[in-house]
Amino acid sequence: MNKIISLFCGIIFGIGLVVSEMINPAKVLGFLNFFDEWDPSLAFVMMGALIVSTPLFHLFKNKDKPLFNSNFSISTNKEIDKKLIIGSVFFGAGWGLVGLCPGPAISSIALLNASSGIFVISMFMGFYIAYKIN
Amino acid sequence: MNIVNFTPITSLMGGLFIGLSVVLFFILNGRMIGVSGIASNFLISKENRIENLFFLVGLILGPSIYTFFLNQEIQITISNSLFLLIGGGALVGFGTRLSSGCTSGHGISGISRFSLRSIIATITFMIVGILTVLITNIL
Repeated sequence: MNKIISLFCGIIFGIGLVVSEMINPAKVLGFLNFFDEWDPSLAFVMMGALIVSTPLFHLFKNKDKPLFNSNFSISTNKEIDKKLIIGSVFFGAGWGLVGLCPGPAISSIALLNASSGIFVISMFMGFYIAYKIN
Repeated sequence: MNIVNFTPITSLMGGLFIGLSVVLFFILNGRMIGVSGIASNFLISKENRIENLFFLVGLILGPSIYTFFLNQEIQITISNSLFLLIGGGALVGFGTRLSSGCTSGHGISGISRFSLRSIIATITFMIVGILTVLITNIL
């Protein structure tokens, strides 16, 4: 059952990326082009997601367990450390260079775009390097 | 600053889908979605590997299902050189794994939980993203 839920949630997430056009790097770069020709749309994507996820998360977080699993697994890491900041700086730089973050990058594999394919392979190499040096 | 290409309605709608996905995954499976976490753990860890794979497959199926039902082609534009694609991908992969989250993990799931860590991460990668575009425009 968890696998079917995962598949279903992935599909809804992927459709959300298409509807919001976040799957298009040019759209994302428009949002990051704050000092010139700014497209504020991406802020509305985040707002739309947070309007749904914030209240429902707080409504359900105190339940004993999720519907189809034995327990909730939520990050307990509260440390504001160098890894958090350096990692976010690296991520922001890569995001600003190409306009792809992990969700849209993986979703765009569906479009068989060679550029996004190269980006995804390189992103997985980045995951692996970060895992190895830690 | 000029405001251009602004699509508040479709962006908000897309965001609602993403929020719904995050909430369902939490209520049903008990985990908070972060795509970088799911993707990198799929690569690295045996724990929940099949579940993670199914989520990633769903992410890829999403656009195809959208095109199938709405009969609308999805247009994307990527105009980077090979060098920048490889560099950008590596920076995104390395950075999100090091900081344990990306736009979804920190920006949506983390902020939903009011995690200070995630709020700081989100502000950081947004500012750096904006500065990167600013510098790219100048060069």
